Amino acid sequence: MTDASINATREYEPTFGDYVALLKPRVMSLVVFTALVGLLVAPVSLHPVEAFAAILFIALGAGASGALNMWYDADIDGVMRRTRRRPIPSGRVEPGEALAIGVALSGLSVVMLALATNLVAAGLLAFTIFFYAVVYTMWLKRSTPQNIVIGGAAGAFPPMIGWAAATGGVSVESVLMFALIFMWTPPHFWALALFMRSDYDDAGVPMLTVTHGRRVTRKYVLVYTVLLAPVAFGLAFSSVGGPVTLAAAVLLNVMFVKGALDIAGRGEPAAEADSYGTEKRFFKLSLAYLFLHFGALLADAALRGIM
Amino acid sequence: MALKATHELHRRRFSRNLGVGLTLVALVALVFGLTVVKVTRGDPMQGFDHQVRPEMEAPTQ
Repeated sequence: MTDASINATREYEPTFGDYVALLKPRVMSLVVFTALVGLLVAPVSLHPVEAFAAILFIALGAGASGALNMWYDADIDGVMRRTRRRPIPSGRVEPGEALAIGVALSGLSVVMLALATNLVAAGLLAFTIFFYAVVYTMWLKRSTPQNIVIGGAAGAFPPMIGWAAATGGVSVESVLMFALIFMWTPPHFWALALFMRSDYDDAGVPMLTVTHGRRVTRKYVLVYTVLLAPVAFGLAFSSVGGPVTLAAAVLLNVMFVKGALDIAGRGEPAAEADSYGTEKRFFKLSLAYLFLHFGALLADAALRGIM
Repeated sequence: MALKATHELHRRRFSRNLGVGLTLVALVALVFGLTVVKVTRGDPMQGFDHQVRPEMEAPTQ
């Protein structure tokens, strides 16, 4: 190959960072954290190298599904302000490259997780990638306002995969960790949809705010927040829970339900008056909710180790 | 006239190739580390070493 190839047809030569951006590093960080907690609170411990490899390949699988999502959603990503600067709509990466990277990393991460840990964990990772890339991105996102509810399952699998990597199976505790993220996802995203108002409308994505209106969305935020509380308490009373998780569940759910009540109890004029301050605070609280809840599980696991 | 690699495109390509290269080296190191852990811990494995192992033969009816 000679230097003549620099005169190729493409105008932009992607950097390594552009390819990394395809893997949604911010989403990956949440995946790494929840999968790590699932792995560490499990009653069976892995060798540190195996544990590191397991978390790495779970994160890589999540990144691969993110690349497939960006490949398929490039058209609507280009319309929305929040996603307009992603590698494909901004022209930095070709759609075909994103597809190739997504498929290759999906295969690599599943095979390597199977070799590093076990087939149950690898099977769950494969199902998660399929669920996010095909069930959520291709089937649900553009066809039903419940897209967030069902699609949230994809984001809920990582702690279950981490648990399976250590134990080789699925149990009540890992299902409860799954359920916590699953029930948390709708209020988290609907709060975002409430204050990022025009974006989903412009892209034609059937968000609940578009199809059923904002009043209904506010009520749904409250409904899912109330349904989330029993899951949090169930986890606190399970074998992976303990005093720290229970205290976190009480504190965080009181704050979360209060925030949801505030959202449900007001209309658009009040929200516009304070520039959606309540919704934005609720969204930030939702991030802390998940982080602190899983952090509490880790703290209880550490306490059990000491005592 | 000698070609000088001063174009910005070369810099981008180099950074990308370096990133891919380092990632591959890290993957090789990880696979090696995993292999060492699994072998030293004695996970179930069978290797053909010209020894008769009845348990490796297919059962006869």
